Amino acid sequence: MTWTWFHRLGSPPYVYRLAQRLTPWFAWSAGVLILAGLFGGLVLAPPDYQQGNGFRIIYVHAPTAWLSLMVYTWMGVAAAVGLIWRIKVAHAVAAACAPIGASFTAAALATGSLFGKPMWGTWWVWTPRLTSELLLLFLYLGYMGLRASFDDTQRADRASAVLAVVGIVNVPIVHYSVVWWNDLHQASSLTLAGKDTIATSMLVPLLVSLLGFTLYFGAIVLVRLRAEILRRERAASWIREALA
Amino acid sequence: MTPPDSLPTTPPLLAARLVIERDLLLAFRRPEQLLHPLAFFMLVTTLFVLSESSERTVLRGIAPGVLWVGALLAALLALDFLFRDDAQDGTLEQYALSGQSLTWLLLGKTSSHWLLTGVPLSVMAPLMAYTLGVPASASVGIMLTVALGSLALSFIGSIGAALTLGARRGGVLLAILILPLAAPILIFGSRATELAIRGEAYVAPMELLGAIVVLSFTLAPLAAAAAVRISLE
Repeated sequence: MTWTWFHRLGSPPYVYRLAQRLTPWFAWSAGVLILAGLFGGLVLAPPDYQQGNGFRIIYVHAPTAWLSLMVYTWMGVAAAVGLIWRIKVAHAVAAACAPIGASFTAAALATGSLFGKPMWGTWWVWTPRLTSELLLLFLYLGYMGLRASFDDTQRADRASAVLAVVGIVNVPIVHYSVVWWNDLHQASSLTLAGKDTIATSMLVPLLVSLLGFTLYFGAIVLVRLRAEILRRERAASWIREALA
Repeated sequence: MTPPDSLPTTPPLLAARLVIERDLLLAFRRPEQLLHPLAFFMLVTTLFVLSESSERTVLRGIAPGVLWVGALLAALLALDFLFRDDAQDGTLEQYALSGQSLTWLLLGKTSSHWLLTGVPLSVMAPLMAYTLGVPASASVGIMLTVALGSLALSFIGSIGAALTLGARRGGVLLAILILPLAAPILIFGSRATELAIRGEAYVAPMELLGAIVVLSFTLAPLAAAAAVRISLE
């Protein structure tokens, strides 16, 4: 097997055109799947026997929470690739991921607190999940803050890449320490309706919605990646052709 | 980066020890850097007491949190000085060019930073605890937990301090970078302190804290060295 496909991913013009071609595929399949998932979740699925219709927010909450972690992993992997093989496009991917991941984290927190109000009677409870999600938001903000505090793009890339890699090592530690912190202090009184016992009519729309939101992330990251490449390569001659 | 074979090379451990000796000597000639974190720690404790009440039962209840947040913030403020002076006068650049492993030199540098801030803070912590109505029998436990916690924080913080060297507005950014990563230290540290205050066995959270120390002690200098190289470019 040759590695040309991998090496070509290091070339900004190639990646720019690839992203341009792939975006509609991601966007359309994401749109169809999200609509199908939401229809299945909001209309077809029966109300939960304990939580009534309130549980339906999981069709947005679970995908955003899942993506908040997945995007951080992507960002860390892209940053590590950029740091190790000095691939500029990988740094551009990491830069494109950060604001999206922060938005998903904020959305997961917002939907979580909307879910909390009818279920627990308050907008905010310091549960391990909410707390570690909040810390994740700060990790994203720190990453973006560090990136913004350098004028030189290359230095910003490499410094923030080190932070992203350190963050990848730390995210599980932070997460589990927060889980244990709660164990130590109080019995967990708040559990979502047992994940393993979820009915098929509720589970299928959730999985469809998860896939849809993941593809949606793919679509926006490609759009942001193109903008990022244009900003970085603004002096290059191929841009004139690409935009013509 | 390797020096020519003809030159005698200093073994990395010795080089790290020389860095520690140099930093300690410098710090004792300029003792105000040593005293400021301690003064800050005392001030934070005082402010907590003023904002709560002077009642002993209340104070004893919040003591672990007050001690840990105070010590953590004091150590965080001190982190800002970890590399700044050496970056300004070119010492850090000489370290990077010396042919010695920068990782080992930074290991020494961060260790001396802990000796100069973490150790005094951990000696101060039982005194502060005593003023909050904590029995003196908890002193050893509090001292040990704060010492371990500040060691982990020094190493994790050294990455942040190195990353923000070349950044504009270093101070607040350093806090935002480091404090989320310091959450596990705070969780296990304040838990161990709480158990020590109640007179119970505090070994379990101490062991977790120790695991974090080992992890940060071994990995953080590598990341800090990479970060210093980036900021020197």
